[in-house]
Amino acid sequence: MSRSAQLVERILQGDRRAAARAISLLENHAPEARAIAEGLAGHRGKSFRVGITGPPGAGKSTLVDGLARELRKRDRTVGVVAVDPSSPFSGGALLGDRVRMGRALEDPGVFVRSMASRGTMGGLARSAQEAADVLDALGKDWVILETVGVGQSELAVAAACDVTVVVLVPEAGGAVQAMKAGLMEIADLFVVNKSDRPGADEMLAQLRETAHYLDREGWKVPILKVIAIQEQGLEALLDRLESYHAWLQEGERLEEKRLRQAALRIRDLVRARLEERLWLDPEVDAVVQENARHVLAGQLAVHQAAINVWGTVRERLTELEGI
Amino acid sequence: MSEAPLKILIAKAGLDGHDRGAKVVARALRDAGMEVVYTGLFQTPEMIVEAAIQEDADAVCLSILSGAHMTLFPRVKELLDQEGLQHVLVSGGGIIPADDMAELQALGMGRLFGPGSGLEEIISYFRQEIPRRRLARKD
Ligand SMILES: Nc1nc2c(ncn2[C@@H]2O[C@H](COP(=O)(O)OP(=O)(O)OP(=O)(O)O)[C@@H](O)[C@H]2O)c(=O)[nH]1
Ligand SMILES: [Mg+2]
Repeated sequence: MSRSAQLVERILQGDRRAAARAISLLENHAPEARAIAEGLAGHRGKSFRVGITGPPGAGKSTLVDGLARELRKRDRTVGVVAVDPSSPFSGGALLGDRVRMGRALEDPGVFVRSMASRGTMGGLARSAQEAADVLDALGKDWVILETVGVGQSELAVAAACDVTVVVLVPEAGGAVQAMKAGLMEIADLFVVNKSDRPGADEMLAQLRETAHYLDREGWKVPILKVIAIQEQGLEALLDRLESYHAWLQEGERLEEKRLRQAALRIRDLVRARLEERLWLDPEVDAVVQENARHVLAGQLAVHQAAINVWGTVRERLTELEGI
Repeated sequence: MSEAPLKILIAKAGLDGHDRGAKVVARALRDAGMEVVYTGLFQTPEMIVEAAIQEDADAVCLSILSGAHMTLFPRVKELLDQEGLQHVLVSGGGIIPADDMAELQALGMGRLFGPGSGLEEIISYFRQEIPRRRLARKD
């Protein structure tokens, strides 16, 4: 048996070391990555995937900790993928989410993996979902993905889950900020965490007004008051997540949602591969630079420059690999 | 694969509640391009090793100021070995007398750093030691 096949076999038997290793190989695009992903393909889709996002410091990890413990009380096993941003300067990252997940981590039924965003286009969504696929194959009933709700790729991670929870905190203008950040579009459920602080009820009211207009095919987006640090509101949150799960399983909703997301994942991958191929291609790059100079000299509109580049791109694509 | 960022787990073992030093090292390693998992205070060897497994860390870096280094370091190493994680570098620092350092290294720990060590020294040690261990890795 190949090394990748052995790893997949061990993951399916519940070996957490094999799972951890596989996540690294996938994340680092190691030579074994493709075979591992293929091996896992038949074993995904069993877990319920929860995306949790929100502004930095909103209490997401504290909430995940509480949620994981609540899930364990209900006899469900839990996997967590916690994403933190990479430094754009050094490429390094400080991954601190485990600090707030200490209590859940005492339970052997909980597996937490930290991940740096590494800032590649579309790469994060891919690595995070692949890590979730591994935890899925490992047999975790629920897989939770935590990302900071800033930036397209971070939002994409949360939006690619079965349910997306947006965590906000009471502060003036918080709802407006969330709207600008694109958090409204992706929320299936809102949590107002740190509700022990002043302004929680105003925030709740603001959100209710806005959420009223959200169209989720008949699902009324709940808005929950939580104090994660005091473990208040966690049972209610889990109840709502369970109802959403049940709602998704009525008819073909879950199937359809996952189908849409699979299509998105495919498109993302193709786009990432295209961009990688094209913008790093010296011939295409030369044409881009040349056109940029013409634009700057006032000889060409950007729009026309794009058409010119597009022509080269079409030629190069057929030459490169006949897509 | 050796070009993947180094992944370092930093833990405060034992009962002292001072993590300033650990955080300074964590930030320095991040600024040197490494991916640093910080696990927080009061970690037992069992918790640390479990975290190292889940995170697939290249190195476990313990900060110990409580004087319990002669029990904590060997225990972490022993648990890692039991899990088949011989390739994981056990390093770290704190207030550790030179004799103890020598003894710990004889027991299989990597280099340990005292309060006077420079951050550059730690960074360059990881940069040369970890790629070697990655290549030797059998799992
Ligand atoms: N007052 C109050 N503080 C809270 C609550 N929940 C979390 N916190 C605190 O908020 C701070 C940030 O908590 P985290 O759980 O690390 O927040 P996060 O959103 O995961 O942070 P990042 O991952 O860094 O974006 C910590 O100091 C928590 O103790 C709460 O319900 N009330
Ligand atoms: Mg967090």
